[in-house]
Amino acid sequence: MKRWLVLWLILLASHTAFADEAKPLAEDPALEARLKVLSQELRCLVCQNQTLSDSNAPLAEDLRKEIREQMRAGKSDQEVIDYLVARYGDFVRYRPPVNRSTALLWVGPFIGLLAGAFLLIRTLKKRAGDENFEAEDA
Amino acid sequence: MNKLIKSLLPLALFIIVVGFLFKGLYLDPHEVPSPLVGKPAPAFTAPVLAETGKTFSSQDMKGKVWLLNVWASWCGACREEHPVLMDMSKLSEFEMVGLDYKDTDAEAKDVLNTSGNPYKLVVTDAEGKIGINYGVYGVPETYLIDKAGVIRYKQIGPITKELLYTKILPMVKELQR
Repeated sequence: MKRWLVLWLILLASHTAFADEAKPLAEDPALEARLKVLSQELRCLVCQNQTLSDSNAPLAEDLRKEIREQMRAGKSDQEVIDYLVARYGDFVRYRPPVNRSTALLWVGPFIGLLAGAFLLIRTLKKRAGDENFEAEDA
Repeated sequence: MNKLIKSLLPLALFIIVVGFLFKGLYLDPHEVPSPLVGKPAPAFTAPVLAETGKTFSSQDMKGKVWLLNVWASWCGACREEHPVLMDMSKLSEFEMVGLDYKDTDAEAKDVLNTSGNPYKLVVTDAEGKIGINYGVYGVPETYLIDKAGVIRYKQIGPITKELLYTKILPMVKELQR
């Protein structure tokens, strides 16, 4: 019985130790929500496979702070993105913009699709025209 | 003949893919080309380390070819770079300003006192604000700035002796003309 009492007391004590209220992110929840959405579109330059929103790297924290300040100053999302792209390059964006260096990235899959369709049609036509196509190495 | 080409096609494609992958082995994804190269260096005014009340402005360097070396006492690769910087401080072709990035003055001074100060002067950027303006994401980083205040080159990561003599010095000499 005494043992149970001790256990209960320990549990009671630990409960108070863990109880800590989550710190409010900022005074302005609307701005924080905007920051969250925008920072999911932006890459952390230090840990490149994380978004600015996910990353805990010091630079990511600084950049979030910077974005927050700019939003408070009334900048639009696009202005904030432009600000970062001007300093860190297009790499900071998770969705690469369409320009000369990314043209192949955007058009490539469609070229592949067209080439595949072309080959498919050609092969099918060949088979249709040739009755014993199984002998052919189509 | 046609058959031979057909049978060799997969091998040819395979070799092309291997070629790309092989090239990829030597690319460093952490080296993101800076969009600031060729653009005016962001202007800043910041306090000078170890000289209370004194500030330095990037405008003070107008008409000079100079290097802005971003470093910090907590940065391991900066220690690796330090001996090269000490050699560079003996050269007369350019002036080198240090930007002490997200650091404490005491620790920065400590490093310079114990291992030597290669800089003409060091400015402090405790908050990392100047760093953001320059697109700094991993120290050490070094910017080569020309007489008109335009960034001509950015080195991400430590400067090596090889890099100094094959790239930076030739560029500096070109810009000095």
